[in-house]
Amino acid sequence: MAVESNLKIELGKQGVFVTTLNELYNWGRRNSVWPMQFGLACCAIEMIATTMARYDLARFGAEVFRPSPRQADLMIISGTVTKKMAPQVVRLYNQMAEPRYVIAMGACAISGGPFKQGYNVLKGIDRYIPVDVHIPGCPPRPEALIHAFMTLQKKIAAQPLTGEERPRHLDASAQGEFPVPEPGAHDLEPPVNRLVWPLPAPTVAAPAKEGA
Amino acid sequence: MTTAEMKSGIDSGIKSYLPPVIEVEAENELLEVAMGPHHPSTHGVFRMDVALDGERVVRLKPVFGYLHRNHEKLAEGTTYLASMPYTDRLDYFCSMTNNWAYALAVEKLAGLEVPERAEYIRVITAELTRVQNHASAIGFLMQEMGASGTPLMYAFREREKILDLFEALSGSRMMCNYMRFGGCRVDLPEGWLERTKKIVAELPRFIDEMEALLTGNEILMARAQGVGVLSPELAVNAGVTGVMLRATGVNYDVRKVDHYGIYDRFSFRVPLGEHGDIYDRYMLRVLEMRESVKILEQALPQIPDGPILDPKSKPRGFRPKPGEAYGRIEAPKGELGFYLISDGSGNPYRYRVRPPSLINLTILEDMCLGQNVADVVLIFGSVDIVLGEVDR
Amino acid sequence: MKSAAELLDELQGAMPGVKLALATNPSPSAQHSLVVAAEDALRVAVYLRDVAGYDYCSNATGVDWLDKETTEKVKTTRRVKKEVDGVEQEVDETVEETVKRVEPGCLEAVYHLYSMRQGPHDPHPPLVLRMRTANRTDRVELPSLSPVWRAAEFQEREIFDLYGIVFKGHRDLRRLLMWDEFEDHPMRRDYVDPDDFEYEPTPHDEVLKRAEEHRAKLAAEGAR
Repeated sequence: MAVESNLKIELGKQGVFVTTLNELYNWGRRNSVWPMQFGLACCAIEMIATTMARYDLARFGAEVFRPSPRQADLMIISGTVTKKMAPQVVRLYNQMAEPRYVIAMGACAISGGPFKQGYNVLKGIDRYIPVDVHIPGCPPRPEALIHAFMTLQKKIAAQPLTGEERPRHLDASAQGEFPVPEPGAHDLEPPVNRLVWPLPAPTVAAPAKEGA
Repeated sequence: MTTAEMKSGIDSGIKSYLPPVIEVEAENELLEVAMGPHHPSTHGVFRMDVALDGERVVRLKPVFGYLHRNHEKLAEGTTYLASMPYTDRLDYFCSMTNNWAYALAVEKLAGLEVPERAEYIRVITAELTRVQNHASAIGFLMQEMGASGTPLMYAFREREKILDLFEALSGSRMMCNYMRFGGCRVDLPEGWLERTKKIVAELPRFIDEMEALLTGNEILMARAQGVGVLSPELAVNAGVTGVMLRATGVNYDVRKVDHYGIYDRFSFRVPLGEHGDIYDRYMLRVLEMRESVKILEQALPQIPDGPILDPKSKPRGFRPKPGEAYGRIEAPKGELGFYLISDGSGNPYRYRVRPPSLINLTILEDMCLGQNVADVVLIFGSVDIVLGEVDR
Repeated sequence: MKSAAELLDELQGAMPGVKLALATNPSPSAQHSLVVAAEDALRVAVYLRDVAGYDYCSNATGVDWLDKETTEKVKTTRRVKKEVDGVEQEVDETVEETVKRVEPGCLEAVYHLYSMRQGPHDPHPPLVLRMRTANRTDRVELPSLSPVWRAAEFQEREIFDLYGIVFKGHRDLRRLLMWDEFEDHPMRRDYVDPDDFEYEPTPHDEVLKRAEEHRAKLAAEGAR
C-alpha cells in the first residue's frame, strides 16, 4: 500500500521516513547501474566523453565501467554492430547476470544507421537481443546519453516487484540465454531472432510495433 | 599453400623484412590467449591471437574486421559529395583531417582550386584536430599503463574545448562534415577566431601541465623506454607512417614532402625520435602538439578575407572527367590517402581509403615478439589506432 | 624522381624483354601508371625498390573491371555475285551489321609507390604500378609484392578478401575483414547482398525496388 506523496513529505519534515520495499529496492537498483566497458565505434568516444569531467556520469551512479560482463548491469551498444561482431555481442549479453539492461546508442545500433546498406552491417541490434532504451543521433551527444540513463532509471523505478510487469530476474520463466548467431557462408545464421524481433515481412505496410 | 610456395619470395633472393620466428621448446605447452574483440585495452573491437610461453609472447596474429562497415562499397554506390559524411566516421577522432584528405583527392581528380581563406581554415582545423588527437592518444596510452583517469581526464578537458570550436563551426562535435571540394562548407561564425585564439593561447599551459605530470615520470620511463622498438628499415618497408615512423628517426612528414595546402608558409619543425620505442612516440606526440600550436599561432592572425569555395566547384551534379587520382595528407595517425577512379559518372568507380591505422599495425607482431604480455597492451596503445579506420 | 614514361624506358633498358606498358591518366592529376605483366612483376618491383629508389609502398588496392559488352554498327562492303537482268554479275553491296564485342574484364591490383629515401626535398607524384589478372573467374592469380614491400601484406590480404585475387608467394593469405567461413568477395561489382530485407517505414529508390521484389516473392510463395 503506497503512502500518499504529500503525507510522505510532511512526515519527512518531521524526520520520519516512510517507504515501501518496492521503492527502496528500485531506488537502490536505479542508482547503481554499472555499465559494461564496451565500445564498438564512434559512439564509444562520446560514451567516454560522458564519463569525463565535463559531463560526469558518476552523478548518476554509473561511473563504474566494468570490464567483465559478469559484473555489469547495463550494456551500452555504442556504435555499429557488424555481422562479424554480432555473435560476440549476443554472447556478452548472455554472460551478463540479471537484472540486465541494454541501451542502443546511436543510429547504427538502432538500425544500421548510415551504414545500413552495407553487406557486413547488422541492421539493428534488436534483431538479436531486447533493447530497453534507444538513443537517436550520429553520434548522440553526451547529454543524450545522460538522458537515456535517466530514462532507464525511470524505467527501473517504475518496475513492480510482482505481477506481469516484474523485472526479468524475478521471473523464473523469463528467457535467459539468447541464441548466438553463427557466421555462415553468405550471412549470419539465423539472420534474425524472431523471438525478440517479431516484425512482419515487408508486405505489411502498416507500422509494426517495436521489438520486445 | 605449400611451404615451398610461401618461401618462394624469399628464396628468389629478395631482401624481405619478416618478423622473427621464435623457437619454442614445447609447442603444446603454449598458452593461447584471444585478446579481444571485447577487451578493455583494445579501444574498440580488435582481436589479437597471442601465443604465450610463460609471460613471453611467441606468436601474435591480429584479427581485423569487427568494425568493417563497408565504407568503400557504400561510396561506390553514391555520389562524390555523399561520401563526405562517411569520411567523418573513418577516424572518428579526426573528422576534419579525413574531410581534407578526401577533398584533396577529389580536387586533384577534378582540377579544382581552393581559395586562400579556405586553405587557412583547413590548416587551422587540421592542427586543432592534431592537438586533440595527440592529447587523447597520450591519455589512452596512460590509461593502458594503469594511470586510470587523470591523464585522460586532462586530455578530454582540452578536447572538449576544441570540440566546442568545431561545433560552433560545423554544427557537430565529432562528425564535422565541413570540407567541400574546392573549399569549405560555411564561413567562420562571428567571434570564432577570437575564441580560437584564446583557446590556442592556453594550449601551451596544458601541454606543460601534461609534461610535468608524465615526461619525467619514473613509471612511464621504466615501462616505455626500450619497449616495442621498431627499426627504421623495417618501418619504411612496412609503410609505417606518422608518429610511428618519425619516432624511428626517419624524416618523412607529408606536410613537408608534398607541400599540400599552404603548409609552406608556416615555419614549423618535424620532431624526430631516436630509439623508436614507446617513450619516443609519446614524446613526439607532445612535441608535435607544440609545433601545431606554433602553426596555429601563425595562421590565426594571417587569415585573409575572401570566398571560401571555388566558384568552379559544383555541389550538385558533380561529375569529374574519367581518370584517377591519389591524394594524401598527414593525418594525426599517419599518412591518410584517398584513391579515386572516375568513369565520368556521378559516382566514383573505385573509392579507396589508405588507412594509416591498418598499415601501422602491420609491424605489431614484430614489435611484440619476445616481450611480456603486459607490454603488448602498451605497444598496441602506442601505435594510436582507431578501429573505424582500420576496418573501414 | 623520374616520370612514369622515363621509368618505362629505364626499365626496358635494364631488363630487356620485360612486359611493361604505360597507362596514361587523362585527369588533371596526371598520375600515369605502369602496367606490368604478372610474370615480370616481382623483378620489376625489386628493381623499383632497390635501384629506382621507390622504397615505400603507400597504397595497394584492387579494382574490378567487369566484362564490357559493346555493340557497334559496322558497314561492310562485299563483292557479291548477283543476277542482274538475268546475267550473273559481281556487284558491290554494302551491308550494315551490328557487331557485339565483349571486352573481357579483369581484376587489377594497384600499388602506389613513393620514395622515402629522397626525403622531404624532392616532391614527386606517386608511381602507380598495376597488375591485371587474366580474367575475373578462374585465372585470378598474381604474384604477391609483399616480399618486396611489407606494407602490402595486409592490403593484399584485404584485396584477396574483398576481390578474390589470389596472391602467390604471400606468406599468410587469409581473409582480413570478413569471417573465415564467408565465401563471397563483396567488393566485386557483381556481388549480391544476402537477402536480409525486412522492413522499411519509408522505402525509396533501391530499397523500394527490393521491397517490391520481396512483395512479389512472398505473393508467389503464398500462391503455391
